Amino acid sequence: MLNGLEAVFFYLFAFIAVASAFMVISARNPVHSVLYLILTFFNAAGLFLLTGAEFVALILLVVYVGAVAVLFLFVVMMLDVDFAELKSGALQYAPIGALVGIILAAELIVVAGGFAFAPDLASTISQPTPDIATRTNTAALGDILYTDYAHFFQIAGLVLLVAMIGAIVLTLRHKPGVKRQNIATQVGRTPETAIEVKKVETGKGI
Amino acid sequence: MSSLLSSYLPIIIFIGVALVVVLALLIAPFLVAYRNPDPEKLSAYECGFNSFDDARMKFDIRFYLVSILFIIFDLEVAFLFPWAVSFREIGMFGFWSMMVFLGVLTIGFIYEWKKGALEWD
Repeated sequence: MLNGLEAVFFYLFAFIAVASAFMVISARNPVHSVLYLILTFFNAAGLFLLTGAEFVALILLVVYVGAVAVLFLFVVMMLDVDFAELKSGALQYAPIGALVGIILAAELIVVAGGFAFAPDLASTISQPTPDIATRTNTAALGDILYTDYAHFFQIAGLVLLVAMIGAIVLTLRHKPGVKRQNIATQVGRTPETAIEVKKVETGKGI
Repeated sequence: MSSLLSSYLPIIIFIGVALVVVLALLIAPFLVAYRNPDPEKLSAYECGFNSFDDARMKFDIRFYLVSILFIIFDLEVAFLFPWAVSFREIGMFGFWSMMVFLGVLTIGFIYEWKKGALEWD
């Protein structure tokens, strides 16, 4: 499986990922938490790279580090939230967190146990991953994502559409009485529409 | 080590060099810089007067809207990469599959444009 330098890097990435994930929940400063989260993403990308999943690794960097983590930083740095007060009640959610952890651990055990009991399980996969030497990971993904899994692909598009419309509906409020720049109407003004002449009688105001 | 991983060796070397430079710049001031701390020197400085309140404050929700819309189009572009790489293999069905996907998101784009979500009041 893993040997030599690959094993060194695997344990390096895995150790830093677990340690920084622990720091995410234990850091006092929420900005530091987000920075540790970014470090976790980087190490997860390294782990993906070690398995040969280049595309997933780099998309993890582009989407999660480039966009999602920046959004988190935005929220943490700019929002008017008292984090000390927020953290004081965190311990009461520990049982729920533990429950989620146990469920995840059980699922991982089921997956790993499946491979342990039935080593030929991998041969039943409908779309096995081709050898990296013959077909790159990105191309292997592209070969099936848009044709065999077109249905899921279109659903992903609809989910993105719903997210877009939902974000606009929830947050967009136009202030009334704001004068925006409209080049066409501004250029298309004539003396008749722009100027109003009023005759003022002598000795009187308008 | 496989050829895939060895092609990433320059990045590891780059990160190593960056780490050395960063650590050198972090540690050097502790060794050589002149230190004479003072409460006034260490306090937050805001144009000469004491800071009014916390740096965290309420701000316009529009910043979120812009970044959420950015993430959505970021994901749309992420889907384009494997499509472009295996364009010759997937044939007409794959092509039109992506066109429908882009069409759906273009509907969203037209919606947000017409709603004025791209404008700043």
